[in-house]
Amino acid sequence: MIVPVGIAFALIILALIVTMLMRRHLREKYAVMWLLIGAAMLVLALFPDLLGALAGLLGVIVPSNLLFALAVALLIGVTLHLSWELSRAEEEIRRVAEEVAILRAEVERLQASIDEASASPSGEAEDRDGPPVS
Amino acid sequence: MTELGDRVAVLVPAWNEVRNVGHTVEEIRSADPLYDVIVIDDGSVDGTASAAQEAGAEVLVLPFNLGVGGAMRTGFTFADRRGYRRAIQVDADGQHNPEHIRLVLDGLERADISIGARFADVGDYSVRGPRKWAMVFLAFVVSRVAGVRLTDVTSGFRAANQRAIRQYVRYYPAEYLGDTLDSLVEAVHSGLTVTQVPVAMRPRMHGKPSQNVIGSTVYLVRSVFAISLALMRGALRRRPRA
Repeated sequence: MIVPVGIAFALIILALIVTMLMRRHLREKYAVMWLLIGAAMLVLALFPDLLGALAGLLGVIVPSNLLFALAVALLIGVTLHLSWELSRAEEEIRRVAEEVAILRAEVERLQASIDEASASPSGEAEDRDGPPVS
Repeated sequence: MTELGDRVAVLVPAWNEVRNVGHTVEEIRSADPLYDVIVIDDGSVDGTASAAQEAGAEVLVLPFNLGVGGAMRTGFTFADRRGYRRAIQVDADGQHNPEHIRLVLDGLERADISIGARFADVGDYSVRGPRKWAMVFLAFVVSRVAGVRLTDVTSGFRAANQRAIRQYVRYYPAEYLGDTLDSLVEAVHSGLTVTQVPVAMRPRMHGKPSQNVIGSTVYLVRSVFAISLALMRGALRRRPRA
């Protein structure tokens, strides 16, 4: 009973990743990692004896401990990678925000000089535009 | 943009300082006609930008709060593109006396970066407890790195010449304390020289500074962390050259 559940779970994960990729909800650089993880899950679900053999080979007495250890190592890697990406993205956002502030000041300055230039030949026309009277 | 000549970009990072910023800008502008006041509104929600604009400053409005580091990098980038050859950072809360801007700028004749220092036997600025230890420790470490005796390395009252402005544009960290400490260490590592000028500080006009024991202990820990990272970066960068 547990084997088909494992296979189904691995397939669902893989399907989810592929769907997200197709909808462009997931960038390739993250997808590769997740696809590998999903594939590994599928292989282990299809051949449960593989885990025991691998554990014996590595000298791990309880096979499930090998699974846990691998999962923990993998998740640490994933979270570290995400933190790194997030830091980079934050720095990029900051740079963009700084750029926006500078450009906004420049645009306002240009706008002011345009207004000045267009107002000076016919200065009186601009002055009549008061606030609307209610 | 060479017609700026001797004009000085006075960079004022301001975050929700609507009560102080207008007065500070006016004071700076009346101190010397050569000063162009540029207020960097760091995501304020209280109308700091318009207050500064009314007082006659040019205002850079950041879309959200980036911290002093981000605000200053914006200011330095702006100053560099405009072609200013000298820039000075002045706090918006009125702690830095605009009359002393000239003194700090004079320090640029001796070095690339000039710091207006609070402890250099002028004025009655005093701190106690962990914050004091942190400041003494940091001053000691950075003095060793810079090869000059510095007493107040976390001061936000500092001037930069064109070389230093360019360095800041390249590298002005946004991390906590990075705006003062890390930027200074990095600048020294890339070959810039530092000097300090004694100035007196004034009390804040409105609002009070944060100075409780827990806060200053956190400050101590974080500053030690920041300086260690900055020093390790320098050590790693220098090894291939030596």
